[in-house]
Order: sequence, then structure tokens, then C-alpha cells
Amino acid sequence: MADQLLDAKGLNCPLPILRAKKALKELPTGGTLEIQATDPGAVKDFEAFCRTTGNELLESRVDGKTYIFVIRHTG
Amino acid sequence: MSSEANAKSMSLIVTKGTLDWAYPPFILATTAAAMGLEVTMFFTFYGLTLLKKKLDLKISTLGNPAMQMPMMGMHMALPNLVSAVPGVDGIATAMMKNLIKKKGVASIEDLRAMAIEADVKMIACQMTMDLFEYTMDDMIEGPALGGAASYIEVATKSDINLYI
Repeated sequence: MADQLLDAKGLNCPLPILRAKKALKELPTGGTLEIQATDPGAVKDFEAFCRTTGNELLESRVDGKTYIFVIRHTG
Repeated sequence: MSSEANAKSMSLIVTKGTLDWAYPPFILATTAAAMGLEVTMFFTFYGLTLLKKKLDLKISTLGNPAMQMPMMGMHMALPNLVSAVPGVDGIATAMMKNLIKKKGVASIEDLRAMAIEADVKMIACQMTMDLFEYTMDDMIEGPALGGAASYIEVATKSDINLYI
């Protein structure tokens, strides 16, 4: 289980990323954030976001129509 | 944002003030800021209206043949002759706003507020302010006034420079 859950379902680019960034900022270093999104573009975008910011993408999977990402706040 | 590990930077020249064209600069600015970049937006000509306190953004189908709106399972573009009919732009704007809401796309007001919150620097073009007779009282709080030289100084130090 991640430390915090962010429901970004129904939101379109760039809102899932912006909301995730905001949530990560409030997490202590090492904390984990689970993001649930329905925007298919979020898959590539969270990879790029994590590569650029240095946060760690622990998980990226699909559950039905929901894309689930788990990010560790390291960036 | 400068305290973040990624100290890259981006500048954008924002020249257009219609509802559709307001999206690219604000989406890129907010996302870049979220990714740790230092972002500066330079608002000039019609882009300057995006800094007004109260936004009343519209789109026009006139001279925009690539704009195809989804309608009843199809996509519809409007010929210029129809676009010129009074009221058509209003209908197109209402349709666009409806789509934006339905598809979970942020409003420009929200994206602008998020840009400010993320410390995106904004410069209002002094010359355009004079040309179109605006004062800083018409504008939201935050933007600085500046001219071409102010932008160029930022651009020489930025990793990404975009003209939109």
C-alpha cells in the first residue's frame, strides 16, 4: 500500500501530472504515492515525469480502464 | 522551483489569446514547472489578454479550416462563409467549453492559477500594454512589466525557448 492515494480519474493532460506533483511535494522523502488515472497518455507522461524529476516510478499497471502508478518521492 | 535537482529552464512567448490557443502555453508552463524547470512566460500582442483579471476567451472557426468538432459521431469543419455568420463563433465557443468540461480538461483560469502557484514567472509586454491601452489594474497580480530585451535576457539563459 502506498502512503497516499491520488484519484486523478476523469482528468485529462496535464492535470494528473500537476496533481501528482502537488501530492508528492507534501510527502516526505521516501514516501510513496499511488495515482489512479483514466488518461491513457498518463502512462508515457508519468515515465517522462519520473525520469526528469528523479522520482522513482515503482509501478505502472492497468486495471480495467484505470491506470495505476506508484511513485516514490525521491526527486 | 529552483531548489529542485533539475535546474533546467524554459521560456515561452505567448502571442495568441483565443480559448484554443491559450492551452498550449499554459499546459507546457505548468507541466514544466511541475517537472522542476524554471519557467518564464512573455505575454505579447493578443496573448496579453490572457493576463486579464476576468477571462472571456472565445474561439473562431474563421480561417481555421483544421478545426473539426466532434458532432453526432462525426467530425465537422465549418466553411469560412458559414464562420462569418454572426453568432457562429459564439456557438463554437460554447461547444468547445462544453467539450473541455466533458473531457476533464482544465479551464484556462485553473491552469493560470496553477502556473502562478508553481512560481512561473510572467512578463507582460509593456509595448502591447500601451498599444491596446491596458493598465496593470486590468491584469491579475503577479506579472512584471518588460520588453523585448527582458525576454531576450531570459531566452539566452533558457534551455527551451518556445514561440506560441
